[in-house]
Amino acid sequence: MANKYLHIPRLRRVYVWEMPVRFYHWLNALVIVVLIITGFYISNPLGLLSHFDASHQYTMGWFRFLHFIAAYLFFFNFIFRLYWGFVGNKFANWKQFIPTSGRFFREMWTVFKIDILMLKKNGKEQDHLSIGHNAMAGFIYFLTFIAFLVQCLTGFGLYAGMSSWWLPKLFAWVPAILGGDILTRQIHHWSMWFFILFAVIHVYLVFYHDYVEGRGEMSSMGGGFKFIEEEMFEKNAHQTPNPEKTAK
Amino acid sequence: MNNELIPMQPTYYEEVQRKGYSRRDFVKFVSLMTAFIGLEQSAIGQVTKALETKPRMPVIWLHFQECTCCSESFIRSSHPIVADILLDKISLDYSETLMAASGTQAEAALKNTMTKYKGQYILCIEGSVPVGADGVYCMIGGKTSLQILNEVSEGAAAIIAWGSCASNGCVQSAKPNPTGATPIHKLITNKPIIKVPGCPPIGEVMAGVIVHYLTFGKIPELDRIGRPKAFYNKRVHDTCYRRPFYDAGLFVESFDDENAKKGYCLYKMGCKGPTTYNACGVTKWNGGTSFPIQAGHPCIGCSEENYWDNGRLYDRGSSFAGFGIEADADKLGEVALGVTVAAVAVHAVATNFGKSKTIHEHQVEGNESEHELES
Repeated sequence: MANKYLHIPRLRRVYVWEMPVRFYHWLNALVIVVLIITGFYISNPLGLLSHFDASHQYTMGWFRFLHFIAAYLFFFNFIFRLYWGFVGNKFANWKQFIPTSGRFFREMWTVFKIDILMLKKNGKEQDHLSIGHNAMAGFIYFLTFIAFLVQCLTGFGLYAGMSSWWLPKLFAWVPAILGGDILTRQIHHWSMWFFILFAVIHVYLVFYHDYVEGRGEMSSMGGGFKFIEEEMFEKNAHQTPNPEKTAK
Repeated sequence: MNNELIPMQPTYYEEVQRKGYSRRDFVKFVSLMTAFIGLEQSAIGQVTKALETKPRMPVIWLHFQECTCCSESFIRSSHPIVADILLDKISLDYSETLMAASGTQAEAALKNTMTKYKGQYILCIEGSVPVGADGVYCMIGGKTSLQILNEVSEGAAAIIAWGSCASNGCVQSAKPNPTGATPIHKLITNKPIIKVPGCPPIGEVMAGVIVHYLTFGKIPELDRIGRPKAFYNKRVHDTCYRRPFYDAGLFVESFDDENAKKGYCLYKMGCKGPTTYNACGVTKWNGGTSFPIQAGHPCIGCSEENYWDNGRLYDRGSSFAGFGIEADADKLGEVALGVTVAAVAVHAVATNFGKSKTIHEHQVEGNESEHELES
């Protein structure tokens, strides 16, 4: 019986995304969606013709309120994720994101060949290397962290002037350095498009990996598990850019 | 400022009396100024005393690349004493626009003030300094603006950069800035500089800055960019009387629509109020008569650095060089989004060919397992 299906690989269940990482991911997804929608409204509000007086409605006020609430959640969530990059498991470690070795770049190139160019090796389709993030994904996430930083700096910079709390006031230097709120606001607006483009590619690639690899890529952000072929698991465990292991 | 060293000069109050103003006028003026510079009521006495006892302050007022709108604004301050005393009698020892002397006499007056009151005079500068082509674009008395600036600033106690030209370059420094117009703070770094941006700044604000200096003998508290906090710590938006319409989401859609008549918020007409720091909404213009937004026109952000290049006057977005006049961030974003979606679609199709074997294998495996369950 068992022999009959020997050609079907046995899968190892690997706990890749810990609970805090998944929580971070979905909270982040939610607040980014809220921030983009409210941000679009704030930048170019709908032509709302109302027969009510201004005192009876607070439309822009609510959109801004939502934007600021989401911004605070986004900020603290971001800070938390940075912290988790130091205490979380190896798939969440900061070294997954920041290229610290030639290995990282070589793997990025390999991922590029496999996933984008779809090159074959010895006439065979190539298997995927990574269990957690692949190097390319890790690096793109690093770029998103930069974008997070830009949005936090410019966003709180713009907010600082009307806040009485010390935290946003810490960012008051940002518009001063950029030469005023006009440019700060524009940078804040431009950078938002990065998130939209990222979201399109990110969601697509999740579908792609799930479709091509069949390892439970999509569900991994739900339960935290990925399913790795036993053979691959043995072979590639050490190939994942694992800081602790590759250091030795 | 060390007043003892200044040779006998009449005090401001003496000048006021000589001009024929009553004590009542004087106190009114002091109250007004105290309020403008954001002091408490108790400070009225302090300001009064300063103007009564302190001798008038020597001022040199230089004009470089500018349009004189700052001077115009200043002499039209709401209270006549502002013009009469602070400008007329402020001891404007040298001001190209307003002094009686000309030619050699004027140059002599300048030299005289510079030596007599070395280290004590206030240097007011209107206009930016062209540094391109060795400064030939603005020369007075055979000297370039930069030479004059360097000479005169040497003995100044403090520098007041009037208007957007002197504070951040204004229109003449807009791209491509052919004359190399440069604001004062980029040329003089060893003197306290008060930036009073605006095109022009509000007359009362200008008067307030001077009165503050007179009263306390030091420059007012400045923000990070070097502007007096009393006037520039709030956005026009945050003090705008149309703000409730903004919060309610009621906007003017075009200049002649019903909403414009109702006085709705001008945000969608490109109002820069939300990104502009100035006192327009509070102090207003022409003696508190009105300000641009009250007149139905969006703020153009004239007191903000680089407002000329940072986007269009009637649009809150910004155009991108090389992408056409109408291409703002959102247009580019939409194009990028289209390209991304197209690329993703192409990749999705390509995947089914490039990875067909792997996908097929997985499918076979899956099907086999499924059949196994059925049997």
